[in-house]
Amino acid sequence: MNRSVSRFLTGAVAAAASLTLAFSPAHAAEKKDFKVAWSIYVGWMPWGYATDTGIVKKWADKYGITIEVKQFNDYVESINQYTAGAFDAVTLTNMDALSIPAAGGVDTTAVIVGDYSNGNDAIILKGKDKLEDIKGQTVNLVEFSVSHYLLARALESVKLAEKDVKVVNTSDADMASAYATPDVTAVATWKPIVSTILESPDAKLVYDSSSIPGEIIDLMAANTEVLKDNPKFGKALAGIWYDTMKALAEDKAAKEHMAKASGTDVAGFDDQLKTTKLFATPADAIAFTTGADIKAKSELVSTFLFDKALLGKDAKSAGAIGIEFPDKSVFGEKGNVKLRFDATYMQAAADGKL
Amino acid sequence: MRLINIKPDRTWTFALAVLPFLALLVAYLMGSAMRLAENPNDKLLPGFGAMAEAVKHMALQPDPRSGIYLMWNDTLSSLSLLLTALAVSTLIALVVGILIGLLPLVGATFGPVVAVASMVPPLALLPILFIIMGLGDAAKIALIVIGTALKLVRDVALRVKDLPREQIIKAQTLGASTWQIGTRVVLPQMLPRLIDAVRLELGPAWLFLIAAEAIAADAGLGYRIFLVRRYLAMDVIIPYVIWITLLAFLMDLALRLLQQKAFPWFAGARAA
Repeated sequence: MNRSVSRFLTGAVAAAASLTLAFSPAHAAEKKDFKVAWSIYVGWMPWGYATDTGIVKKWADKYGITIEVKQFNDYVESINQYTAGAFDAVTLTNMDALSIPAAGGVDTTAVIVGDYSNGNDAIILKGKDKLEDIKGQTVNLVEFSVSHYLLARALESVKLAEKDVKVVNTSDADMASAYATPDVTAVATWKPIVSTILESPDAKLVYDSSSIPGEIIDLMAANTEVLKDNPKFGKALAGIWYDTMKALAEDKAAKEHMAKASGTDVAGFDDQLKTTKLFATPADAIAFTTGADIKAKSELVSTFLFDKALLGKDAKSAGAIGIEFPDKSVFGEKGNVKLRFDATYMQAAADGKL
Repeated sequence: MRLINIKPDRTWTFALAVLPFLALLVAYLMGSAMRLAENPNDKLLPGFGAMAEAVKHMALQPDPRSGIYLMWNDTLSSLSLLLTALAVSTLIALVVGILIGLLPLVGATFGPVVAVASMVPPLALLPILFIIMGLGDAAKIALIVIGTALKLVRDVALRVKDLPREQIIKAQTLGASTWQIGTRVVLPQMLPRLIDAVRLELGPAWLFLIAAEAIAADAGLGYRIFLVRRYLAMDVIIPYVIWITLLAFLMDLALRLLQQKAFPWFAGARAA
């Protein structure tokens, strides 16, 4: 290769290198502008309502910050964006918080423990009404999602294991139409898909998350470092949330707004709320978050994720990723705490100190 | 000198070809190093070590749960769907395309319907296909066939019409029947052209395969990518994308070589 060619290549490569600045991760420090991602789910609809009705702006203004709330149509994409550093906070379940951001080394704090699934996730069989009948069947579900976890817990409860069924990964968007095809005989999914499927007369609900209360928890979680440098952000989130909870309880229009935004009517939304244990007041949420139960349940979830190799390839045990609880006790490795349940902001809301 | 007349010599041709690859590689490495310095567990831009490790797990060691080599199993599953579908498409294109192009009666009957049907976006049909054919392999093959066959049919039909009219007339004056003209004059000239058309449809075929696998599957290259996307395992996704690209490139290369070996006269025909 002649000299001018190699000089040309070196120069061009240097130019490309300067482009990589675009890939650089977000740095935590005190800042004024925050971004929050949420997706459509009964327990997270309040975020949409709070944005549309100015509750978000009210609290952001109070703390002299701005909060941009973005709705995602794709739940996993919203978590991936948060993990990549494009968002400061995201709505997600405790299980996904462990397997995506925490396993990806992004220290994450649950600012608000919003609700737990109490029947929202379900296993449905076609024409069979006993869970035991699932043996030998093909089960359509979103692999590695809370549905998969629910299936594992359901199988355990009747002394079966995952090898007794065949799991087929199926997109949640296509679950209802998949059920309509003859070769799909068993599905594990969540509401509102569950409600749609149960409309067909041969669909029998054989197991749901009310059998495992408090294990599938829906959170508003934020980047721990961002939160540490900007406690105002956490306070604003708590302020927004409990104002909205109050509106949901007292104002009929609020419920109508959320029902419409989730593509259903008030009756349909009530049906979803019925199977969601929503913590209406900060005191309820704190009682749950600081209770002893949550520790045992977190261990169950970690064990499932470890069995599925979702805690990272180097994970040696279910405790490879430490989970810290409000009393500062830790499940798993103390040196690698990446998920924290923190009642500070909910407590401030309860004490009226926001 | 005009820009259109500046041609790189051999070294420069090589350097210019390498350049974009090198630039991408360097940009990636730097971005990756920067993110990993910040957070050693970062999943977005894994280093090459992590990717090699992931490939080792996926391709060289059996999966502890199922005992199969996941990457080979995925490749086999995807390729068998893709190749079956492409074979069906090619056969349909050859037969229907020649009939439409050669026989005015068939052309008048089916030409317009094929032209209209080829405009239907195949992915929009996917939910319907899944309901009619179930979630198994049949629906996936059908999607690829629908997505590629109609365009191939139109292409072949147009190529048949491109044949010099004199050839067909001469064959008739020599006493050839319709069947003989179809099989002895048109068919041999269509085969190499069909290879060209299939090469261009490889991209769409992969696209449809991956889209179908993303919705419902238990193996396949697209299935794996959309599965591990759930926990942002870029160390698996990036090698898979490179692997798919390589497979597609090799298929393209194989078709080109087949064309050269089997129809050496075609290079001259194309230049003419």
